[in-house]
Amino acid sequence: MITKIKNSKILAKIKSISEGNLILILILLVLGLWLVEPKFLSFVNVTNLLRQTAIIGVLAIGMTFVILSGGIDLSVGSVLAFSSILASQLMVAGVNIWLSILIALIGGSIIGAIQGFIIHNGKVPAFIATLGGMTIARGLVMLMSNAQKITGLPTVIGDFAVDRYLGIPAMVYVWFATIIIGYFVSRFTTFGRNMYAIGSNAEAARLSGIKIGVIICGIYAFSAFMASIAGILMTARLGNGVPTAGQGYELDAVAAAVVGGASLTGAVGSIAGTVLGTVIIASIRNGGTLIGINPFILDILVGSLIVVSVLFDQLRKSKSK
Amino acid sequence: MNTSRNDFVKMENISKDFGVVRALDDVSIGFKPGEIHAIVGENGAGKSTLIKILMGVYQKTSGEIYIDDQKVNMSDPIKSRDLGLSAVYQDVTLAPHLTVAENFFLGNIPKSKFGLVRWKYMSDTTQKALDSLGINVDANTLVKDLPVAKQEMVVIAKKNFDKSRLIIFDEPTALLANEEVKDLFEIIRRLKQEGASIIYISHRLEEIFELCDVVTVLKDGKWVDTLPVKETNEDELVRKMVGRKIEDMYSIKHFEPGEKVLEVKGLKREGKFSDIEFDLRRGEILGFFGLVGSGRTEIMRAVFGADTYDQGQIIVNGNPTKINNPNDAIRFGVGFLPEDRKVQGLTLQTSVKENINLASYKAISKLGLINLTQEKKNAVDFVKKLRVITPGIYQKVMNLSGGNQQKVVIAKWLCKKCGIFIFDEPTVGIDVGAKREIYKLLEEILEAGNAIIIVSSYLPEIMGIADRIAVISEGRLVKIIPQSDFNEEKLLRYASGIESN
Repeated sequence: MITKIKNSKILAKIKSISEGNLILILILLVLGLWLVEPKFLSFVNVTNLLRQTAIIGVLAIGMTFVILSGGIDLSVGSVLAFSSILASQLMVAGVNIWLSILIALIGGSIIGAIQGFIIHNGKVPAFIATLGGMTIARGLVMLMSNAQKITGLPTVIGDFAVDRYLGIPAMVYVWFATIIIGYFVSRFTTFGRNMYAIGSNAEAARLSGIKIGVIICGIYAFSAFMASIAGILMTARLGNGVPTAGQGYELDAVAAAVVGGASLTGAVGSIAGTVLGTVIIASIRNGGTLIGINPFILDILVGSLIVVSVLFDQLRKSKSK
Repeated sequence: MNTSRNDFVKMENISKDFGVVRALDDVSIGFKPGEIHAIVGENGAGKSTLIKILMGVYQKTSGEIYIDDQKVNMSDPIKSRDLGLSAVYQDVTLAPHLTVAENFFLGNIPKSKFGLVRWKYMSDTTQKALDSLGINVDANTLVKDLPVAKQEMVVIAKKNFDKSRLIIFDEPTALLANEEVKDLFEIIRRLKQEGASIIYISHRLEEIFELCDVVTVLKDGKWVDTLPVKETNEDELVRKMVGRKIEDMYSIKHFEPGEKVLEVKGLKREGKFSDIEFDLRRGEILGFFGLVGSGRTEIMRAVFGADTYDQGQIIVNGNPTKINNPNDAIRFGVGFLPEDRKVQGLTLQTSVKENINLASYKAISKLGLINLTQEKKNAVDFVKKLRVITPGIYQKVMNLSGGNQQKVVIAKWLCKKCGIFIFDEPTVGIDVGAKREIYKLLEEILEAGNAIIIVSSYLPEIMGIADRIAVISEGRLVKIIPQSDFNEEKLLRYASGIESN
């Protein structure tokens, strides 16, 4: 009896957080998978799951910023490949590893900033500008690499994908770092506030003296920066620079943000929600595979989740009317 | 009983609860054919709830609705449409990229026996319907190419064409200029002559006296009175609505004007306005009056930097400045409160706290890091100071009433410590009680030594609160009239270009 009351109190508390519903879904999902297959919650599996998710997780952080500002960034998969190939070529050419990575990150971010500039100054819809950006960047990658894998990277790169510190995969630390940066910037900086304001009403933001051009360039540069980090992680995981890497990842990143409660009309959503959305999708895929569900059925499940999560949101909104 | 035998529509003892809130309480009202029936009351009085119940958008908690003395169940909007009821809302609901004729037949496009669209029949029929109401519009124009006023008239013609027996007008003049209002009234009178029942809702009381036959007053969800318009006056209506006299309504404390804070010289924007010269002094309200389209809003947007200007000089506090964008104007202490708050003034999905601080983040942050304590304190202080009614500073602005949203916009500029406030239609869409609150805030802004510019097309308001009125006509400043010479007829003559300086 007492535990029941206690539980309901905890339940109420969870629900009072804005991401409460997502936390509940995740808990139920994890419990369910654990009951069917206890191995799901084993240390090895959980850390593996997180490692596999790290790349999409990093992309989703950047994508959340873009979506919060009312835009979308379809170019992240291509920017990922750009960063991967650029860094690989520099390393193979003998440039210092850290310097190679730094140049790749800056190069990728510039692509993002250019897209932001075109979106704001040219008044090109984000969907179109980044669709073009996606195709151009992929073409650029193919040109740079001659559509060939870049091999012969320093072994430390490949090792990074399997390295663990304190038992946790190195890639997961990188993901967590981007989560902290994303959370911090979105919550505690003027940049974050202005991002929400622009997503809610760009004209009102402009008439309040916010330099929206600067903010929008910054947002797309940030998204591309995250994509470039993901590109380095990808290089580590594959052990090579692969020009076709990251194809279709942009939509996985959008899916994570949307399941996490972000609205494509802007201003609604959060980094915490996106992280939960990312982990929920990853759990379905990993847990489902673990208990032997056909991966194609998992695709159907994840797709349904994307639609249902928005559907529920709409139902709740129309109910409160 | 407020209903009678020959009513077309009768609503009897209607109540509506939203959770624990009773929005309508035992309201009875009847609508006769060939009669224009005004419904007045403050926001929250229950006007729109009543209309939405009649239209089947909301379901009543108790009470009955009769049409032709038949009890009906208004289960949804389609039902009400089939019964011959329709509504014209302030925001026009047409498909902008289709022609007027296509809009007329939307959902019911006439087809030939080969299944092809009968274009000629469509445009001829539409043209006839437009002409019969004296609406000067070509049926083959794209709706987006029509001015708002004409679009609204097209909507009305469509409702009439659909054989509506009762048409509801909800603030139909909010976006119209004076002569457009005249045309609209002409059309409504024709509908009346054809025997339609008209329900007319407006905040502008003078329109009711010009147009309507009967007026019903609602207050706090209750029926107060229904009386013939001929037997009442504005004063009585306002008293019934709010329990206050009309002279007290549009008045404000005036202050001794101080030094010049803003001078505008020879301001010009090609095709919009030219030779605009005026100054603004500390402690005064300068009114800008003009018809819609006269250029008054464009002038203000240029002064604020929201749009660019081609020529001219803007002098703020004695310093000549060039204002290229809103950021420049804000730096010089100018705040702009646009007419359409929801579209230009607020970020609706974010909180009261964020909207109040929106223009001030630079001031309360270091290296891009926000001082969260200061941010919260600003919000709490201004919510209290401006008496914003909200469950808390974390409430999303979209959930606030129009009056409280306007207060949040004012708070944004007070928070930024602006000295010059430009209000474009400060009380549009705000109910009578909240208007009073906004005027009180204007007084407080003046008392603190600031200056205000008010753009308004509502004469009782601008005459009641301005110290001087600049009349704009066709992009030119015709005359600046001091308070002692305020005269409604004179202002209208200048504004319409009948009389020039």
